[in-house]
Parts: sequence; C-alpha cells; structure tokens
Amino acid sequence: MDLFETFFNLEVLARSFPMLLKGLWLTLQLGAASILAGLVLGLALCMMRLYSARPVQILTRIYIDVFRSIPLLVLLIIVYYALPFVGVRLSPFASAMTALTMVSGAYTAEIFRSGIEAIPKGQFEAAAALGLGHRQTMIDVILPQSIRMVIPPLTNNSINVVKDTALASVVAMPDLLKQATQAQALAANPSPLIGAAAIYLAFLLPLVLLVSRLERRLSRGRV
Amino acid sequence: MSGYISIRNLQKFYGHYHALRGIDLEIARGEVVCVVGPSGSGKSTLIRCINRLEDFSNDSAIHVDGVPVLPGSTLAKVRAEVGMVFQSFNLFPHLTVRENIMLAPRRVRGTTKAAAAAQADQLLARVGLETQADKYPSGLSGGQQQRVAIARALAMEPQVLLFDEPTSALDPEMVGEVLDVMRDLAQTGVTMVVVTHEMGFARQVADRVIFMDGGEVIEAAPPAEFFSAPRETRTRNFLHAVLDH
Repeated sequence: MDLFETFFNLEVLARSFPMLLKGLWLTLQLGAASILAGLVLGLALCMMRLYSARPVQILTRIYIDVFRSIPLLVLLIIVYYALPFVGVRLSPFASAMTALTMVSGAYTAEIFRSGIEAIPKGQFEAAAALGLGHRQTMIDVILPQSIRMVIPPLTNNSINVVKDTALASVVAMPDLLKQATQAQALAANPSPLIGAAAIYLAFLLPLVLLVSRLERRLSRGRV
Repeated sequence: MSGYISIRNLQKFYGHYHALRGIDLEIARGEVVCVVGPSGSGKSTLIRCINRLEDFSNDSAIHVDGVPVLPGSTLAKVRAEVGMVFQSFNLFPHLTVRENIMLAPRRVRGTTKAAAAAQADQLLARVGLETQADKYPSGLSGGQQQRVAIARALAMEPQVLLFDEPTSALDPEMVGEVLDVMRDLAQTGVTMVVVTHEMGFARQVADRVIFMDGGEVIEAAPPAEFFSAPRETRTRNFLHAVLDH
C-alpha cells in the first residue's frame, strides 16, 4: 500500500462518511451549547469580578484564574470519572459540556473585562450624569461598545471550544474524533482521521480568516 | 438663606492631596455662575461633586432643591434634575445623534419612543443641528458634538446644567457656536454652573463669577465688579495673567 492508499483511501472515506457526519453533528451541538453557556457564564463572572462586593470579587477572580490554568482534559476526567464518587453522575455529553463551559466561561469573563475596561471613563460618567442606573448603563451604553471590540477574541475562544470538543472522545462521547477513530479501527485504515481533520478545517478555517478580517477592520477604527 | 444649590463645607481628598478645602456656596434658582481659576484649582472637582461624579467626605453636604446629594436611591433623582456637559463631549459613539438624545428620557423617564424622538428633533433644531439627527457622533465636528451633548442634557429637562470646561477641547473657530447656544440657555431661567476659561462669556452672561485657587473660593462677585475691581491679590494676578497679554 502506498501513502495515498493509506491516508487518502477514498473507498474507506466514503464508507466512513456517514459515521463522520453523525460525529460532526454531535461535535457541533456540543460546541454550540458550550459556547453559548460559556458566554452567559463569562458575562456573569465578569460582572461579579468588576462590580460585586469585595469577597465575591476575590472568589470570582480565583475561579477565573483556576479554570484558565487547569488543563481541560484533566477537568473533563474529574467531571466524568470523579464526580460519580460524590453522587454526581453526568452523561458524556453533559460532562463534556460542563467542563468546556467552565473553562470557556473563565476565558470569556476576562475577554469581557478587557472590553469593558477599554471603554473611556467619560462614557460611564455621561451615563451616570443622565441618571441612568448601573444596569441601564451596562446594557445601553457600555456593553454594546465593548462587544464590538471583543468579537475577535470571542470568536477565537469559540474556535478553541470547538477544537476542544475533540477531548470529549476520552469520555466515550461519539463526537467527530471518536467516530473517526472507530471508523479507522473498523477499516484498519487511517483515512477517516484525515477525513475528520478535513471536516474540522472546513468549519474552523473560515472562522480563523474571519477573525483576521475583523481584527484588521477594528485596528482601522471601523466596525 | 439657603440656595437652590447649597454647598456646605465641601471637602475632597485625592489620597493625601486636599483638592477642595471647605467650600461654602449658595446658588439661587435661575442663577448663572461662572467658575474661573487656574488649572488644578479644584473648579472641575467642585462641579463634579454637585452630581456626585466625585465622592466627597461625609462631613460635607450638598443639597440640590433641598435633596441631599448622597449615594443611594435619591442620587439618580438628583442626577435626572442636574444635566452635565463635559469637556470631551462623551457622546455615545454607537448611537446616532437622535438616539443619544433619546436614551435617557426613554430609560429614566419612561418616555415613549415617538415622544422621545419628537423631543430630540426639537432640541436638535434648538441647537441648530436638525439636519444631523441620523449621523453618528464621529461624523460631526467638535463644536457640533458639543451642541449635541447640550441637547442630550436638555432632554431630561434639568433644573440645573453643569458645564465642565465645555469649550476647552474645541478648535478656536468652533468655540463661538457652543457659547452661543449656552448664551441662549442662560436666558431660559435654567440654573447654570459653568467652569470656563472664556472670560468674555463670564463677563457677558454670568450673574456671578467665582474665582477659585488652591481648592478654595477666593472671591465671588457680579462680573462687572469681578473684572473691574477684584478685591483679592490672587484674583488680580489671575486676571492679569489671562486678560493682559
């Protein structure tokens, strides 16, 4: 067998394609759910980090720093294999989503914070002088400006989350990577892995290019 | 006698720096007061205390229309009655000119969208910018932006307008258009406190000019008296430095 037959075996690829598609669907569900939950968690953490009582601020900061430091794979294994010992038994999907969300939320919180802290003080003062409360100031004045600025880093983070969904294969979740490794075992040929790689690329490369474009536009002061 | 704005023993520290050293000031309803003085004299800090953008120490007291300016639930009420115009305009860049003006009436007063839009257009006509309503602030000149900022403050129908060096960030040729709007406002009976370096404006428009230096009010007098016969040496030195050169 030559290299082409081994890694780009079209017959094997065609046979494994339905499996890969099933895995892709699960990967996309897990990615989307974790990204959305991570955004909500991140915004909440950011508000707590910036505007809550001092002890809550400190706890939030500890959370953010810990979950940015812990390897996702370790966290995932803890959630899936260790939590059952204290009576919390999560499905592979729920375990993976929990771990991804906890980490993504920590990163997202820091991204939002940088976006809020980049808004000039005068914007807060103008809103306060008009009689807007803290919540209204955030919703109507600060966040709409911050979110524009943080779209590129948020998109980067989302790309990372989708890539990290591949780790869910270690907790037996039949995501794209898991399906590819199974198809590889069935066919005794690694072409499905190459197929999975191509599918990841097809979804994520356009996002990477989009981020670059957004960053260029932002640095020119538009958007 | 207590004024519409009443300031008693106003003390302000930045760390160890004593920025305001016990200001006592009564401002009557409808009065136009110009605050002048060298930079670092505390004049901006003084007016930023009136709507509590700056915190001040607990033994100080400021009342606006009898309401104490304290943190908490009454503060939003005071701020809704006290408009402010900033040196750097501080328009909301993600909103159009009209939306900038509509925001506070809608969110704070609960005005309907249609009513707020109509009011915004009226105010824009008043400051001579009726054709700019759908532009974003970045598309306007500095003078136009500052006039929008004035319209935005007026949308809350404030009893008091605070101006924090409203023309200091403007190109010289745009100062006049902003001062013209302020001159018109002074005729409407709204109480105005204006921190400014524009001595001509203070002379023509103010009911009273206040000179501050080193965190204290050194002298307060009607403009005719203030500019022609200042009592204090520090006032004379200041006026000499800004007027005769």
